[in-house]
Amino acid sequence: MSSVHVSPLSTYLSIFAALMVLSAITVGAAFVNLGSFNPVVALAIAVIKATLVILFFMHVKYSSRLTKITVVMSFFFVAILFAETFIDYATRGMPGDIPPPLR
Amino acid sequence: MSNGNAHAEGASPAHGHDHAHAHHPALQHHFDTMSQQREAGVLGMWVFLLTEVLFFGGLFFAYAIYRSWYYDAFAAASASIEILPGLINTVVLIGSSLTMALSVRAAQTNQRKATVNWLIATIILGTVFLGIKVYEYADKFAHNHVPGASFQFAHVPAPGEPHVEEPAAGHVTTMGHDEIERTTQIFFSLYFTMTGLHAVHMIVGIVILFIITWMAHKGRFDSEWHAPVEMTGLYWHFVDIVWIFLFPLLYLVERHN
Repeated sequence: MSSVHVSPLSTYLSIFAALMVLSAITVGAAFVNLGSFNPVVALAIAVIKATLVILFFMHVKYSSRLTKITVVMSFFFVAILFAETFIDYATRGMPGDIPPPLR
Repeated sequence: MSNGNAHAEGASPAHGHDHAHAHHPALQHHFDTMSQQREAGVLGMWVFLLTEVLFFGGLFFAYAIYRSWYYDAFAAASASIEILPGLINTVVLIGSSLTMALSVRAAQTNQRKATVNWLIATIILGTVFLGIKVYEYADKFAHNHVPGASFQFAHVPAPGEPHVEEPAAGHVTTMGHDEIERTTQIFFSLYFTMTGLHAVHMIVGIVILFIITWMAHKGRFDSEWHAPVEMTGLYWHFVDIVWIFLFPLLYLVERHN
């Protein structure tokens, strides 16, 4: 007998429905003025959607611990990439000292 | 396959190779069990996807830096993009992820016909996505929004906004027409690079899907071994995730005005 976890059809359909609802919310939220929170909301919804896809469509919820660690690592490395490069850009002089190019 | 037989010959029960049933023909000789082989495959695929996450991560970082520098240009350029085709493509691509997942499920449950049909549905939806992308690209060419010598960008005032050449007074980061044109070009460079590389991934995915569909049609997969379907699924869902981030970042920078 197969040791692979087979998700019921209803799981896939409800995840798809959730992704559709979240996509609609993304568009709706973009038209509401939330100030500096607009990109935060947009990215938060995108992260939720990506998490749903990873956990249920990509079966990571039912995968081994080693696979789960690998998945988390990929985003951990991106976080390092972002954090360290941002530190570089943010510390190239006092704020306002060095204007961005083309201005 | 002869590999499995040769392996079984030399194995004594004490070594634990004496299964009650014969080896699955797809079991490679360097794995003990099908589930071990599957586990190794999934892990390997995720290591590949890790490199892909970093590959796109660099582009998302470039986007973040330029957006923080030239926010006004990004807002204006993003506002010039039609939302509807992007939204339709979001629905189409997430729909294709659903059909892909259902195809893997059909393979897991030995439903050969359903596996083939869901794979074909995935190919069709992927192609629809690329078709809409072609329409969008053509629209950019028509409006001279493609970076290069003929690039032009005029600030299109939103409905109700008074038509003025210069941005409203009191805006700290006012930019003249030339600067807007130069900096919006950066947005469109990132737009074409990111959506272009995403589209290349889709084209590769569709080619692989054709091969997998053919293999499924030939009855090469069963509930024990359908690694190609599963790995293609992981790849396809990854491409879907990239779009999940691209859509709000490129189409919805500043729509509330």
